[in-house]
Amino acid sequence: MDREFFRELWRYRELFYFFVWRDIKVRYKQTVLGASWAVIQPFFTMIVFTLFFGRLARMPSDGIPYPLFSYSALLPWTYFSGALSNAGNSLVGNANLLTKVYFPRMTIPASATISGLLDFGIAFVVLLGMMVYYRIQPTISLLLWPVLILTLLILAMGVGMILAALNVKYRDVKYAIPFVIQLWLFLTPIIYPTSIIPDRFRVLVAINPLSGIIEAFRASLIPTREIDWLMLGVSSLLALSIFSIGMVYFHKTEKRFADII
Amino acid sequence: MPHSITVDKLSKQYQIGELHGQTQLRDALIDFIKRPLMKRKLHTVWALQDVTFEVKQGEVLGIIGRNGAGKSTLLKVLSKITYPTSGTVNVSGRVASLLEVGTGFHEELTGRENIYLNGSILGMTKREINDRLDQIVAFADVATFIDTPIKRYSSGMRLRLGFSVAAHLDADVLLVDEVLAVGDAEFQKKCLKAMDDLSGSGRTVLLVSHNMLAVENLCPRTIWVDKGSIRQDGATSHIIKEYMSTFTRLEKCASDLSKIEDRRGTGNIQFTGIEYLTSDKRPKQLVRSGDSFIVRLHYRVHENTNRPHFGLEIYTELGVLVTEVSTWAARYDIDHLPRGCGYIDVNFDFVNLMPARYYLTLWIASVGRPDYDILEHCAVLDIEPSDVYNSGRGIDSRHGTVFFPCHWHLNAP
Repeated sequence: MDREFFRELWRYRELFYFFVWRDIKVRYKQTVLGASWAVIQPFFTMIVFTLFFGRLARMPSDGIPYPLFSYSALLPWTYFSGALSNAGNSLVGNANLLTKVYFPRMTIPASATISGLLDFGIAFVVLLGMMVYYRIQPTISLLLWPVLILTLLILAMGVGMILAALNVKYRDVKYAIPFVIQLWLFLTPIIYPTSIIPDRFRVLVAINPLSGIIEAFRASLIPTREIDWLMLGVSSLLALSIFSIGMVYFHKTEKRFADII
Repeated sequence: MPHSITVDKLSKQYQIGELHGQTQLRDALIDFIKRPLMKRKLHTVWALQDVTFEVKQGEVLGIIGRNGAGKSTLLKVLSKITYPTSGTVNVSGRVASLLEVGTGFHEELTGRENIYLNGSILGMTKREINDRLDQIVAFADVATFIDTPIKRYSSGMRLRLGFSVAAHLDADVLLVDEVLAVGDAEFQKKCLKAMDDLSGSGRTVLLVSHNMLAVENLCPRTIWVDKGSIRQDGATSHIIKEYMSTFTRLEKCASDLSKIEDRRGTGNIQFTGIEYLTSDKRPKQLVRSGDSFIVRLHYRVHENTNRPHFGLEIYTELGVLVTEVSTWAARYDIDHLPRGCGYIDVNFDFVNLMPARYYLTLWIASVGRPDYDILEHCAVLDIEPSDVYNSGRGIDSRHGTVFFPCHWHLNAP
């Protein structure tokens, strides 16, 4: 990866914008419910989780109302899982472009990761509503959210690029992606708080970069919660490393995309 | 003048099966576990081998060759879609490749939205598209539908829109693959004119086409690609004649077609031979302008076939279709052909072709089914001069492709 590579990415920034614009436009044009999908998915998952895990299984939520507890994590999770599956399938879905035109290939999975941010924004409005309902005063730490979103984006882009590149070569990756996402949901403190995990297994939680990020999303929302800076730092570093690995791997394999897709 | 494109000893190898590669991660893992130290054996094929040429800035270069000769692979390497296995390629300036019309069009988006999307995919900036939007819309002739999703467009409109965007690209090097083969005659003319304007504007253009007329008109120089290598490189009219002459192995008035490998179709019925006969069914050594003669097509039926149709196309030396005759057009319906051999005669009562060399393409097909056999340019028809007007002055190919019997009548004051 040399300077020319990045210079070219910069030169094609408008294409990048147009891909995001296309994804968003097409998604809202083709659905009856349009933008409300962005809310329906995390909101109803939250209701189901609240019923089964919060009420029936009596999952502890560190004193936070369980709906708020789960929704504040489901919001970034819904974005992350959507970005992962969109990015993972993006190259194969745009195969006709890859074989007919040259442009920096990275724009495809990258734009697929970005276009989900609009849904995130829409679903965020519901979170604000919930905070009013539960009378939770937002604090200054909510300003951490943009940084957290960026970290989440970098992680999603990194994993997304790896999955997308693998998907070109191995067609069964398509079937592996939903499975990976499902497992990841349970390995991340979304349904449960990190606090219920015994101390000796905490390290394992920290290996999953999503844990620190999601816990930080939650903690920066609720005034009574402390942000675990160490864990967030580890997670961010991991996210950055995965992103770098994703870029390098993608760049190494992209020359052969058009031949094998 | 500086070189715009330099290609040096370019080779490109594909792995067979790779193009439809349904490699499974599972298989790769199993393979790795079974034989961790051994590389998987892969069959390879060279799509391009040792290709070297240069194109000057502002030059318009034609690229011709048969299907699968490597023309498209060459354009793909030049446009960086695929990478060379060995050798170097150097293209200076902004490159725009047009390997397909309307790449990236999305059905749900409107014409206007697709102009922006397609334009940016082809490398235009938003400002450039803004500036040229009106011209693009006008050229494509879709102004009334510009805010309608293109899923409601006819295929012709879609094509026009796609070409129009491409025609307004502002690139130093334009790589075009066979986009002129589509669309109605009117639109093709428009495209040719646009291409002509483009080539006059100092841009370097590489044009891959089967339309020999287009190549002849647009490109002073042509490269003939054959089996992945450059077979000839030079003045277009010369190259086209050489190229067309390889299509045929006809000796005098009869030829064996059964051994031709370069054929398409299912093979249910295949041509086995072609003969030129006089009207009393004797071999015709010489066909002259104004003659009557018979083309006898021998065939072999491998599988019983219902309602087949036979067709014959006549092309000029530059690849322009003069005419097509077929049993379908003539409503000469054949109910059923049993297995075995046979022949069908086409009686030409009057050949009004100017003296020149012509090429024949033969086909057998049924309506609504895959073609049975297509032999492109499989035979030569040499038309010799004759005194068709009984004037003692004769005619020749400088006066056109066909002649029309006529009488003159002067009414002087």
